[in-house]
Amino acid sequence: MENSINKEPNFLVKGWKKFTNWWNETGRKIDKWSKRGKPIRRKLYLNRTLYLMMFPFLLLFLFFTVIPVLMSLYLSFTYYNMLETPKFIWFSNYLTLFLDDQIFITALKNTVILAVITGPVGYIMAFVFAWLINELPDRIRPIITLVFYAPSLAGNALAIWTYIFSSDSYGYANAFLVSFGLIQEPIQWLTNTKYILAIVIIVQLWMSLGVNFLSLVAGLKGVDKTLYEAAAVDGVKNRWQELWYITLPSMKPQLVFSAVIQISGTLGIGSITVSLAGFPSVDYAAHTIVNHLQDYGNLRFEMGYASAIATLLFLASIGLNKLIRKIISKVGE
Amino acid sequence: MAEKIKKVRVKRSKRDINDIKSARIDSRPFSEISNSKVYRRSKKKKRVNRSTGGDIALIVFLAICGIFSFLPLLLTVNNAFKPLDELFLFPPRFFVRKPTLANFENLANALTSSLVPFSRYFFNTILITIAGTFGHLLVASMCAYPLAKYKVPGGAFILSIITLSLMFPGSVTGIPRYIIFNWFGMIDTHWSIILPALQSSLGLFLMRQFMVGVPTELLESAKIDGAGEFRIYWKIVMPLVKPAWLTLIILLIQDLWSADGSSYIYREDYKLVSYALSQISAGGPALEGISAAVSLIMILVPILVFIISQSQVMETMAHSGMK
Repeated sequence: MENSINKEPNFLVKGWKKFTNWWNETGRKIDKWSKRGKPIRRKLYLNRTLYLMMFPFLLLFLFFTVIPVLMSLYLSFTYYNMLETPKFIWFSNYLTLFLDDQIFITALKNTVILAVITGPVGYIMAFVFAWLINELPDRIRPIITLVFYAPSLAGNALAIWTYIFSSDSYGYANAFLVSFGLIQEPIQWLTNTKYILAIVIIVQLWMSLGVNFLSLVAGLKGVDKTLYEAAAVDGVKNRWQELWYITLPSMKPQLVFSAVIQISGTLGIGSITVSLAGFPSVDYAAHTIVNHLQDYGNLRFEMGYASAIATLLFLASIGLNKLIRKIISKVGE
Repeated sequence: MAEKIKKVRVKRSKRDINDIKSARIDSRPFSEISNSKVYRRSKKKKRVNRSTGGDIALIVFLAICGIFSFLPLLLTVNNAFKPLDELFLFPPRFFVRKPTLANFENLANALTSSLVPFSRYFFNTILITIAGTFGHLLVASMCAYPLAKYKVPGGAFILSIITLSLMFPGSVTGIPRYIIFNWFGMIDTHWSIILPALQSSLGLFLMRQFMVGVPTELLESAKIDGAGEFRIYWKIVMPLVKPAWLTLIILLIQDLWSADGSSYIYREDYKLVSYALSQISAGGPALEGISAAVSLIMILVPILVFIISQSQVMETMAHSGMK
């Protein structure tokens, strides 16, 4: 009697045996099945553990990146408000965007201005700083890297700029300018359409030394030092020639990676303008495509229209990437 | 002849100089050697093709830009320790005069207040940061291993899709994600922040690039010893790619710690610190001190994590290149 308490119940043991039998049997069946048909079938079978390892990430990636992109492609041709089923309306969303939506044109203009300025400037800045940091002694290098990387590292830090450009005379920028007698009255930095975009550009540049910058710093550090000495023997005269003929070509992969990150960062400017200039900003002076997208998607729930904007943004990013890659492949030739 | 001398100078490495210092092969006294042009040049200049004027100009430039970059953060630190009257001083002062912990005390009191339940917000932010970071680390490294070390059918295609997804801003997928969250009933839950963070393609990309460097012989010998793929991944590859983990951790913390989740979370007790911060900044002067204290905490955490892991992160970034 006492022994039977410690023993597992009979049906569990039987069940487990049944299960393992079934498992092995099925395994053998699949093994046999994989040997028939095309060789790819066998290959897939033999790599099954690897696919299992990849499965969780790929499932999430499918649901939160691949399907969303395809969905927004489809929805951009429809009218969809989350309540009724999507109604197919062909290109009407795109036509409205370009012909009827004055605010979209403003947003497009602002985004292009921001992209044209902060994109190349931010990229060159990241490279120049990385390059200069690379010249520093090993001990100071990490500290200076941190100084430049910190603003983008601390995502919330941009809130401090609203103090600096505060519109009353408590604002640091105003107080500074008044005390030097440059202005008489405090300037309404964040509500004056003349200044908003410029301030957004400054803050965006301040925050733009992110992962791309780290990649460049690491890439520069990895350039083979003996190349420089060899080049000096071969007649490279100064640091500019060194840069063009040796440094840039040997870190092309990092340059491409950094450009990719820079492009998606620049076209994705949106949250900065909201925290600096509010939403919507005065006269839509700092309204970007991303703001417009969020306006229609998150507030008005016109998902079809918002998807059209998202699709345009997607196509613009991919196109720009192809272009920049082509340019970078020409470096050092 | 002149060219020959140049070559010699270039090739004189640090070790040669140490030889001169210690062994004094040269018959001259050391003071004379150290004053000699060759010695001075080679000691001061580790690299060829550098002019002193250029060096100074570059360092001055770097210093000015560094100050511009760092001042706003310094202001955040100073503001956190200013008493309320100094925060509203006219003209405003940059540096704190009478540093006080009053703001942090007020914050501690506000932690339990019913008006702005800060403890709840902090709990939410810490929860999503920890869950998202470690979840991503596990999921991404598990996916990166086969992509880096094996040629599985479809692997190249998967990798190209993931690289493609680095190229467009995250806001492209924002709208359909809302619809998907709505299907699964994840609006107003923390899943809407954690799940998308788990599939960050930047993390996977960096992890994969770093794993390519793991020696294949090591994996093969483990396989001969009878280890399965999971065991190889967990016992051999994971300990070797520690720098990549730290990079993924810092990237995710950077993202999640400052996430405000305002487009997916509307319920008060699920909101995050970042969102609350933007609310109280708009709320008026009474909460200004608390807001300054919270800002400091918000920027300090990612910076501290980065300081700890910096050298390892840089090691990972050296592999970040793209063709």
